[in-house]
Amino acid sequence: MSALENLPEIDNGLLRFLTCGSVDDGKSTLIGRLLFDSKTILADTLNAIEKTSARRGMSAVDLSLLTDGLQAEREQGITIDVAYRYFTTGRRKYIIADAPGHEQYTRNMVTAASTANLAIILVDARKGVQVQTRRHSYLASLVGIPHLIVAVNKMDLVDYDQASFERIKADYLAFAGQLGIRDVRFIPLSALNGDMIVDRGERLGWYQGPTLLEILESAPAAHTERAENFRFPVQFVCRPHDSANPELHDYRGFMGRVESGEITVGDAVTVLPSGASSRVKAIELGGVPLPKAIHEQSVTLLLEDEIDISRGDIIVKSAEAPEPVKQIDATVCWLSETPLSPARTYLVRHTTREVKARLAKIDYRLELNTLAHEPASGLAMNDIARVTLKLAQPIVADRYADNRATGAFIIIDESTNNTVGAGMIG
Amino acid sequence: MSTLTKQTLSHLDWLEAEAIHILREVAGQCANPVLLFSGGKDSLCLLRLAEKAFRPGRFPFPLLHIDTGHNYREVTDFRDRRAAELGERLIVRSVEDSMTRGTVVLKHAGESRNKHQSVTLLEAIEEFGFDACIGGARRDEEKARAKERIMSFRDEFGQWDPKNQRPELWNLYNARSHKGENIRAFPISNWTELDVWQYIQRERLELPSIYFAHTRPVVRKNGLLQPVTELTPAKDGDVVEDVLVRFRTVGDITCTAPVESDADTLDKILAETATTTITERGATRMDDQTSEASMEQRKKEGYF
Repeated sequence: MSALENLPEIDNGLLRFLTCGSVDDGKSTLIGRLLFDSKTILADTLNAIEKTSARRGMSAVDLSLLTDGLQAEREQGITIDVAYRYFTTGRRKYIIADAPGHEQYTRNMVTAASTANLAIILVDARKGVQVQTRRHSYLASLVGIPHLIVAVNKMDLVDYDQASFERIKADYLAFAGQLGIRDVRFIPLSALNGDMIVDRGERLGWYQGPTLLEILESAPAAHTERAENFRFPVQFVCRPHDSANPELHDYRGFMGRVESGEITVGDAVTVLPSGASSRVKAIELGGVPLPKAIHEQSVTLLLEDEIDISRGDIIVKSAEAPEPVKQIDATVCWLSETPLSPARTYLVRHTTREVKARLAKIDYRLELNTLAHEPASGLAMNDIARVTLKLAQPIVADRYADNRATGAFIIIDESTNNTVGAGMIG
Repeated sequence: MSTLTKQTLSHLDWLEAEAIHILREVAGQCANPVLLFSGGKDSLCLLRLAEKAFRPGRFPFPLLHIDTGHNYREVTDFRDRRAAELGERLIVRSVEDSMTRGTVVLKHAGESRNKHQSVTLLEAIEEFGFDACIGGARRDEEKARAKERIMSFRDEFGQWDPKNQRPELWNLYNARSHKGENIRAFPISNWTELDVWQYIQRERLELPSIYFAHTRPVVRKNGLLQPVTELTPAKDGDVVEDVLVRFRTVGDITCTAPVESDADTLDKILAETATTTITERGATRMDDQTSEASMEQRKKEGYF
């Protein structure tokens, strides 16, 4: 497992995943186990949690202590906020978003899920599919996580019984279809004893599938396997004005990240919302020319024609240009303790553009436990609702289901500058 | 799950692209940002990332070092040289000036000035009206940092309130602040110590010499190697040994310890980092050993 023999290059990219479940499901123990068995936990950290375990009167090292964070969390024995953990196997680097499982759960889980490409949903083998399992699965599919792993944990407490596992799997599949979850895998495990996480263990011989880590190692790193339209929101315009270097006099570099698709020198492009067209003259990174740029790459684009482009504009391929819109239908998760006020104007940040926005209507609020639609006149923290927003200026958007980067937005309260809502268009 | 078909970035390329995106967001959203540059390995990565983000233009921010006056000469000399090579503006503000002004008062002459950097930093923020400070902190360094945002909001006293941070979704960063408030931006949040060393090797970044193995007089204390310097002389009864060491981090002399190592090349450092059994801060930081929550406490008081 040591990264040493595989240095320096990790060839299988980076995978971001999320773990959902409460402390009771053994989520912290599972993360601790992954870190421990992948040899990410170093001696001094282990030493510290050994001491804490002993102080709290435990006989074995409590791996869940590895994810203990802030002072208030340690004092109260709960997790308050999303924490990020890292490990590497030599083949791949992993970022775990660890979201806590109590009151503020929806908000935290949506936050953690927004950057994840895979979710591990923990189910206690003794309790089976719970209301919470449905909530987690719904939120994961809402935020567009393409791959789910249902980890049936605590198999040690049901004597590693295959029938219990199969029953949970059947129960889960019965409702997963309704949610439109496509790629879901099931794995029995014991985080406490380390069975089927990194090592197979000896007590789950009836399970023939891959270990949890094997699934993670082979999961696609890209958010989607589909070819996507090219979208390049402009973050910053580079005009060096270097009098010592006349070559740079006319240099205009449009700096940003390829949010989706790819671009090649010579491609015909359109700048939105203005609609001006040109061709890509050059693609650069740190002054070095590149023949093309792919999804998630940060680059600088130079165009053949001199057109007025500034931060907030978006460069697309001319053949794939969407229509700018001034009204959007979206699913919104309210994140703030201050409820949404239908009378107020908010700021919507979509890609690199900020526009003023007002609520036009709330279609319904979603009751997360039953997925029932309820009428609503306002939104409180953790509410999820279908809404229509009116915008002061047009934005260039795609449906979230088609494009995670150009389909997402956040809502900002200008009086506090807080991020108060998260939205998905479509 | 289907097999890998779509072309994706290697993990270092992905981390680099994310960091460049964050730097450009700071430049695009903030009126007057600054990049905190100490001459240490993490901030040297930041400078390379800033070159990739903004060249052939100038950096849209100056560099700032908060100098405790207790830094290794090798590091401060390197800091000055690197800033000059890049042709970027370096501002240095010193904790000693804050002591002269009376805004930093040490409990005793020997107290470490490390945590007092917060005061000098806040004074510099006020002096120049900076609305964002870009720093090289990483979430893998310490448990309070694991919950840190990429754009971290600080109130007008520079305080970090872990319970009142802005939710951060997708890559839609909110770096807005009112006058007097401040954003701390951490472009390499998602990097680990090993990622940093791999990036240094790939980019062939130059480093201050004390990162590489050298012989230095030290005293063994509390499981750490304490360097014997003018500032930290050996006390009566101390056994001074000449040991082959290197620094994993290069902070304040009074609270940063070297580790025993014969790694005198980047390859050897990488091999050592991949197989080390002690965390970066655990092996090297005397200040983090005081209590389980000492980093969290410093951050609440305005630390980086």
